[in-house]
Amino acid sequence: MIAKRIIPCLDVRNGRVVKGTNFEGIQDVADPVEMAKYYNDTGADELVFYDITASFEGRSLFTDILKRTAAQVFIPLTVGGAINEVSDFERVLSCGADKVSVNSGAIKNPDLIDSAAKRYGDQCVVLSMDVKRVDGAFRIFAKGGRIDTGIDALQWAHEGQERGAGELVVNSIDTDGVKQGFDLEMLAAMGKMVSIPIIASGGAGNMEHFKTLFETVPQVDAGLAASIFHRKEVPLPALKAYLAGEGIPMRILRTGV
Amino acid sequence: MIAIIDYGVGNLYSISHSLSYLGMENIVTRDEETILNADKLILPGVGAFGDARQKLKDTGMDSLVLQKAKAGTPLLGICLGMQLLLEKSHEYGEHAGLGLIPGEICPLRADIPAELKVPHIGWNALRFTGESPLLKYIQEGDSVYYVHSFYAKFAGDAVKAVSEYGVDVPGLVQHGSVFGAQFHPEKSGPVGLNILRAFGEVGAC
Repeated sequence: MIAKRIIPCLDVRNGRVVKGTNFEGIQDVADPVEMAKYYNDTGADELVFYDITASFEGRSLFTDILKRTAAQVFIPLTVGGAINEVSDFERVLSCGADKVSVNSGAIKNPDLIDSAAKRYGDQCVVLSMDVKRVDGAFRIFAKGGRIDTGIDALQWAHEGQERGAGELVVNSIDTDGVKQGFDLEMLAAMGKMVSIPIIASGGAGNMEHFKTLFETVPQVDAGLAASIFHRKEVPLPALKAYLAGEGIPMRILRTGV
Repeated sequence: MIAIIDYGVGNLYSISHSLSYLGMENIVTRDEETILNADKLILPGVGAFGDARQKLKDTGMDSLVLQKAKAGTPLLGICLGMQLLLEKSHEYGEHAGLGLIPGEICPLRADIPAELKVPHIGWNALRFTGESPLLKYIQEGDSVYYVHSFYAKFAGDAVKAVSEYGVDVPGLVQHGSVFGAQFHPEKSGPVGLNILRAFGEVGAC
């Protein structure tokens, strides 16, 4: 049976891992390569790196981090942030990424999904979206969750799948950073719209939240979180052992090399 | 020296990195001389079967790989590289494979319940169905990372380990010194590295 995945997310700016609450109040946590190795060794099923750097210097620092990580970490690596063209896919894939996550770049130019999927395969293209409730509907927000694009999130998820996205990362702005649990209502609605794997993001505050997520919304394949793992408020190995004990299919690491 | 065959498909560098991490000498190459002198070969691959088969032919790598495999040089195909080792594939039409391992590549969708997603993406546990030197350092129940929409059928005794996904999906196949992994050992954490380490220790036959 296929396991549910637990995915730590590393937001990287100027060569360091950061994590904000509700996208504000960013605070430095640690060295990304060291953190990636720690997660690799303690049973993370996958890692997501988001490049939240604005400067050119920061960008080359990020690709250097990616290369060093890929030489030492042997689990799937997804990379996102500043992916606007097919050449950006090439840039991060050539540094060791296995999958590439697009967000704003695909909102601006939806054909990016088609072109990238055709060139690198569906499995390589992850459509990431920031979703917030507006007047009772789920809307796509851009620019780190600041701007309402007016796009219906459920329609966008479906369109992304049709265009060739292989997985969805769905981040709920309403629950992000609040630590009161995942946005089950929104995720269940997403689960009805698409048949590709869904990675849930935003809202995890304790171990029970993951259990509730996987039990309530069976269409969700993975849970993603950042600060709760980085600060060890929810230690990753303990979380996986707990979920396995609760009957959630988990990959449990038991051998060294 | 392990030659990782470069025929224009796939992320070859993560395979190379994982072998280097294990201290196994390797080179990503399409150079005939280098391949002929290699102790072992790895055939990687992602994407569509027909495309990859054509590229293998266009680069002349197919006859080299066949020549080496028939001479007893251990060969490991990974993901699509594994599928290429079989007799044929039904992915968008019918394509002949290298025929080094019995069996055919068929769509998962036709054989698994509708609620299971395709592609089969993620970590799945291995159940051993035969004996293989590649299983030496891992245990039954260990999980490996899969990303695929087509799978091997009719491979018979060549199937050495399977993962359950609506059907028994062959994870590891072997025929003599030719091995195939449907999963990605280079992305399967310590379990995957242990499979590659065991491949490094396989002797020529």
